[in-house]
Amino acid sequence: MPNVLTYAEVRGGDLRKVSLEALSAARALADSHGAEAHVVLSGGPGAGAHAAALGEHGADVVFVTEHEALAQYNPEALSALVAERARNGYAAVLVGASARGKDLAPRVAAKLGAAILSDVTTLKRDGDALVATHPVYTGKVLATLRLTPGNGPAVASLRPGAFTATQAPRTARVEAAPPVGDASTVRVQVKETTSADSRKLDLAEAPVIVSGGRGLKAAENFKLVEDLAAAFGNAAVGATRAVTDDGWRPHSDQIGQTGRQVSPELYVAVGISGAIQHLAGMRASRCIVAINKDAEAPI
Amino acid sequence: MKIAVCIKRVPEMDVKFRIAASGKAVDETGLKWDMSDFDGYAVEAALQMIEKLGTGEVVVISLGPDTAQEVLRKALSMGATRAVHLKSDQVPFDSAAIATALAAELKGGGYDLIMFGKMAIDSASGATGVIVGEMLDLPTVHGCSKLEIANGKGSARRELEGGAEEVTFPLPAVVTIDEGIARPRYPSLKGIMAAKKKPMESKAAQLGAVRVTVDAMALPAERAAGRIIGEGAAAVPELVRLLQTEAKVL
Ligand SMILES: Cc1cc2nc3c(=O)[nH]c(=O)nc-3n(C[C@H](O)[C@H](O)[C@H](O)COP(=O)(O)OP(=O)(O)OC[C@H]3O[C@@H](n4cnc5c(N)ncnc54)[C@H](O)[C@@H]3O)c2cc1C
Ligand SMILES: Nc1ncnc2c1ncn2[C@@H]1O[C@H](COP(=O)(O)O)[C@@H](O)[C@H]1O
Repeated sequence: MPNVLTYAEVRGGDLRKVSLEALSAARALADSHGAEAHVVLSGGPGAGAHAAALGEHGADVVFVTEHEALAQYNPEALSALVAERARNGYAAVLVGASARGKDLAPRVAAKLGAAILSDVTTLKRDGDALVATHPVYTGKVLATLRLTPGNGPAVASLRPGAFTATQAPRTARVEAAPPVGDASTVRVQVKETTSADSRKLDLAEAPVIVSGGRGLKAAENFKLVEDLAAAFGNAAVGATRAVTDDGWRPHSDQIGQTGRQVSPELYVAVGISGAIQHLAGMRASRCIVAINKDAEAPI
Repeated sequence: MKIAVCIKRVPEMDVKFRIAASGKAVDETGLKWDMSDFDGYAVEAALQMIEKLGTGEVVVISLGPDTAQEVLRKALSMGATRAVHLKSDQVPFDSAAIATALAAELKGGGYDLIMFGKMAIDSASGATGVIVGEMLDLPTVHGCSKLEIANGKGSARRELEGGAEEVTFPLPAVVTIDEGIARPRYPSLKGIMAAKKKPMESKAAQLGAVRVTVDAMALPAERAAGRIIGEGAAAVPELVRLLQTEAKVL
């Protein structure tokens, strides 16, 4: 049975947790038919240093591509690289559905002429097919989808936090791989603008989210939400659209139908009414605490 | 400037969905429909671009059964120039199959810019626009929360976890639209009247092979009813106790 390929995302010099989750999912899929889990690791010079961590999490082989043009996210060069690797008889390509993973996965699928499962929360093999759970209709319905591949591999992106990154230590074989084509002649040029708080825990990765709404009354009162998040020590800060519309918080903090979809262990909703579009982003949280003066608020 | 916008007709989400007897779809009885949220943002962004330039056309395209014409008509009443209905009684949960049909229509259309929603809120895949961009071999930017087009070039902003990226690209290009660019206008009465006379072409959709199918649809488990713990700071000790002993999240 063919091997499973994943992509390791390095951002700001760090290996992303979503990539370890995708690797663990690939490991499980590979183990279910006695195959290997392989990883494409790329970035600027030095990116290969993450190969050991990938071995810790179950990578049998790590293909390392280091190139100046890959130091920044380079969707065209990267998707060409991953697709080219995937042509070597893989059963599936798994990508963590981070903001960049959501961009990369469909590019790779299209280059391979493959079908794609997007943002799945479970994944298993059924013969040649992949069967996955995917929340649809703003999370109000769970679809079980079946991907029956043609000749090439199947592609799936995995919802952050839905799969657990687990240790499965081994010494990964590391192979250097050249970029595909001329990585520096791309049409889409990307420059990352790191925000001041890029080191903070991301919404997708935080076990606790403290979220604020219009009930906070003013931007400066968001400090209460930030202080509470800091007191937890493992919390990220979220917001409603009412708040991002007013510019109290950036749009990237917005949770909901047209923002981020999250499922932390604990979601603390401060001054949030619980509009249907907000619930769409956080209804899968395990435990929800609402601080609200209106006992009838839909939250 | 010639812009295409792909829009999907989706149910309004403000309901409790029921599963159809087949167990493989939602029961559509009584649902209300509209264009998907992000597609509305894309239509509005396209109209504003054309209005600013003072010239150009916005072509809206939707794949689906005859009812897809409802959202096309709405886009026309917002100000789009003409509409193309790609008729298909089934709308599969397969982004690549849909992208194949959309790409076939878009190819050779001479568009400077092809716009999509970041994702359709029913399928929640967020893949179709990117796949079309790749199929047409055009520069593609996914999830633009800002977009500027000038002198044959585009620049956009994409939101990342705890950051953002600034992207530049040449035209023609494919972009998918996130929230933050534009809120859709309401069609005016004049717009609605004018839309009745605007061209709407309908033809059979050339769907690609459907390789993603639905095994089942189900409603997620109901949450247990909420509980009011108390008021003000006095409620905190009990809340902390419950979070530790009952919810076990602390
Ligand atoms: C197409 C579309 C997409 C949307 N997408 C999103 C989305 O992705 N995310 C999102 O969040 N929204 C979204 N919305 C907006 C959504 O409909 C609501 O308007 C929004 O979520 C409301 O935000 P809020 O709860 O902060 O404000 P409000 O609804 O104004 O609620 C404020 C709450 O604070 C409480 N409060 C007031 N004072 C106090 C106090 N002193 N102490 C405690 N509580 C207090 C009030 O009782 C109330 O419940 C969308 C809307 C549309 C139409
Ligand atoms: N049936 C359709 N007709 C027209 N456009 C569509 C259709 N399905 C998807 N799209 C476009 O592709 C985007 C992403 O859809 P999806 O990949 O299903 O999340 C949508 O926001 C639309 O712009």
